[in-house]
Amino acid sequence: MLRLISDNTSFKFIKLKLVSFSFSAIVCMASIFSVIFIGLNFGIDFKGGILLEIRTTSNIGIAEIRNNISNLNIGEVAIQKFGVDSDYLIRVEKQEGSDNAQQIAVEAIKSTLNASFGEDIKYRRLEYVGPTVSKDLVSDGVMAIIFAIIAMLAYIWFRFELPFALGAIVALLHDIILTMGVFAVLGLEFNLATVAAILLIIGYSMNDTVVVYDRIRENLRKFKKMNLNELLDKCINQTLSRTINTTVTTILALGALYIFGGQIIADFAFAMLWGIVVGTYSSIFIASPILVYVNVRRNKETES
Amino acid sequence: MLIFENWKRILVLVVSTFAIIFSLPNFLSKDLVNNSLSFMKSGEIRLGLDLQGGSYLLLRVESESLQTDRLNSLSDELRLAMRSASPRIGYKNLKVSGTELIFTLVNNEEESRVKGLIDSIDKELIFNKDSYNNIILSMSEDKIKEIRDYAILQSIEIIRRRVDEVGTNEPLIQRQGDERILVQLPGLDDPERIKKLLGKTARMNFRLVNETASIEESLSGRVPPGSDLLFEIDERTGEKSIPYVIYKRIGVSGDQLVDANPTMDQNNQPVVSLRFDTSGSRKFGELTSKNVGKRFAIVLDGEVISAPVIREAITGGSGQISGNFTFESASDLSVLLRAGALPAPLTILEERSVGPSLGKDSINAGMYAALISIILVIIYMVIIYGTRFGVAANISLMVNILLIIALLGVLDATLTLPGLAGIALTVGMAVDANVLIFERIREESRSGRSDIGAIDNGFKEAFRTIVDANITTLLAALILFQFGSGPVKGFAVTLALGVITTMFSSLLLSRGIITFWYNKFKPTSLNI
Repeated sequence: MLRLISDNTSFKFIKLKLVSFSFSAIVCMASIFSVIFIGLNFGIDFKGGILLEIRTTSNIGIAEIRNNISNLNIGEVAIQKFGVDSDYLIRVEKQEGSDNAQQIAVEAIKSTLNASFGEDIKYRRLEYVGPTVSKDLVSDGVMAIIFAIIAMLAYIWFRFELPFALGAIVALLHDIILTMGVFAVLGLEFNLATVAAILLIIGYSMNDTVVVYDRIRENLRKFKKMNLNELLDKCINQTLSRTINTTVTTILALGALYIFGGQIIADFAFAMLWGIVVGTYSSIFIASPILVYVNVRRNKETES
Repeated sequence: MLIFENWKRILVLVVSTFAIIFSLPNFLSKDLVNNSLSFMKSGEIRLGLDLQGGSYLLLRVESESLQTDRLNSLSDELRLAMRSASPRIGYKNLKVSGTELIFTLVNNEEESRVKGLIDSIDKELIFNKDSYNNIILSMSEDKIKEIRDYAILQSIEIIRRRVDEVGTNEPLIQRQGDERILVQLPGLDDPERIKKLLGKTARMNFRLVNETASIEESLSGRVPPGSDLLFEIDERTGEKSIPYVIYKRIGVSGDQLVDANPTMDQNNQPVVSLRFDTSGSRKFGELTSKNVGKRFAIVLDGEVISAPVIREAITGGSGQISGNFTFESASDLSVLLRAGALPAPLTILEERSVGPSLGKDSINAGMYAALISIILVIIYMVIIYGTRFGVAANISLMVNILLIIALLGVLDATLTLPGLAGIALTVGMAVDANVLIFERIREESRSGRSDIGAIDNGFKEAFRTIVDANITTLLAALILFQFGSGPVKGFAVTLALGVITTMFSSLLLSRGIITFWYNKFKPTSLNI
């Protein structure tokens, strides 16, 4: 059968650790800087505001729509094409004032558009989030990510040992930081679905890491005398074929989703795709080599 | 011979049959399932609002207004009590501000007497004093909670009635947290009407117009005590038009209506005809017979609908409201009156509405993408693991997907667009378990084990890894389910189900297939 990589690879991953660590450190720093200086493009879930998706039947352009809405005094309005030519996405910034303000602004926009274009536009989607809810959603999102990290830490600690848990968490933070970084650099909308994607990335990255760690634990018992660097390399190589095959099938599945799944799901699929690539990289180049530094206990019978 | 115990064999057969039967209704036409295959019906998947179109509304019950109402009536009682006490207790600046009742005593020594009075009116009020000797009364936490709970439960009931009147299928109305109500209305074409209906408290009453008061005086701020200055609202512009001075005393309240319907009057104008209950009829009869020739106002949520002159006593218990109605607004008002008044106003905190056309597009695109991801993965598995192990993995993948679909239906979970993404993702990750097993078998086989030994050990060694690795994904899914809302929850559900079905399909089903194949054909080489 086809082997993407040969059966007995013996890449020296651990030797590369200084290179991979510095590379990751630089990219992580760059990500953090982009998040701070470029900033994340928060969607209405977290920022509050209004989003309207409309489909037009005659040749209505962005300028015409903008002219209609611009004198409503509703703050900043962004209009963009969305998917097919006749679809537009209208975003309006959060309306100050009471929780009712969004609803009032929506009615104003709709009645203006209806008056100007009548039957020529159809509303495909309408979302608005008031200030109270957006605050709740931010805290829910942050809590979910923190809880997920703690849960992973606890699980790895429970199933393996503390040093493994530390290694896994470094890899996890690495993946989360890089995902946020790419969202900042590309200006992709950061919303509830992105948080869901980050949680999935946390799960997937751990999944990948656990497979390698599991092998490390097994080999620590089997080869008690083997030098740790050599042993880690052996484990990564032994699981390499699986890591690559799983990554490929997942990328195939998510790639199909990204390309054919429609506009709404595309960013979500992209975030997951990115996370899976990053997660695979980190479980090979970060999570395992870092065990060299965290004092993995040898010679003691580790239970499974 | 490879061993595959009988109980496992039975389990695999039962679960696989379940998967096929209960996923089937989602691929067949609705008519067929309803008519001849109704036992499969529980397998039908409920689509989320993002896939079938509909509205998601998160409402807040403004129960503070109930506190204010309650404090207003307390302040009337207290005022009366302080005036009629002997000797009279002097006070000034008595007013209700939000959720507090504030006043100052002329003589601070009378504090203990006032406390006694307050206790006799309502023991649960909380007594406070600020540094300017202002007395501040507020309600206890328990009382506030009681009011809030009442307001929520009552609001849910009224919302349900209003929504039912408009008629959408399977609306979901539930309490969320302390002060919120979640309303989900699937398949709704025009959420605007429902939003308009939910936006009205619809507290209606009939009150006499104070015809002795001067409207000019009232407009300049000197409204006579015991009266309100209220306006009729112009339908077209939404601006206040005609002012009226109206007695606060309620003649007949809208609670006493038993029915309301839109009809046409003799001039072919839309009107709302009403019927009162017994006590309402009597009150309405008294009100109208004592005040023939005077005006009475129909007041809805603090706005005057109309203020006709009473021409004769109306004793039959039914009446008509005319106003500047269109037929639609008359029928909306009828709906509101039939359903009853909300205890407190509602604010929409969050809305997500998807039109049916977008829902349709999303489901088509999502299905198409999921299908392609399945095909790609199947091809890849055959290329990498060959026509034996690869095909075994693919069969277990198919059953896995059918099992997710069947479980979604039977557990009555909701499939959303991110949920479809979760299924596609499961397709990618599900083979992971098989990959782990097969890689292990390859390794065992390379290390010189017999074929049987390699397969046996491959499954055994991979078992622990698979469980460990999948639990991390399951944990992430559970946390997401806990914190997520709406569509994202759907993603968590399919992801979690996917993990569980994957464990079954890889650890039991794949193994069953491989055992069956190995024992039947006794291959000389595994060819993995």
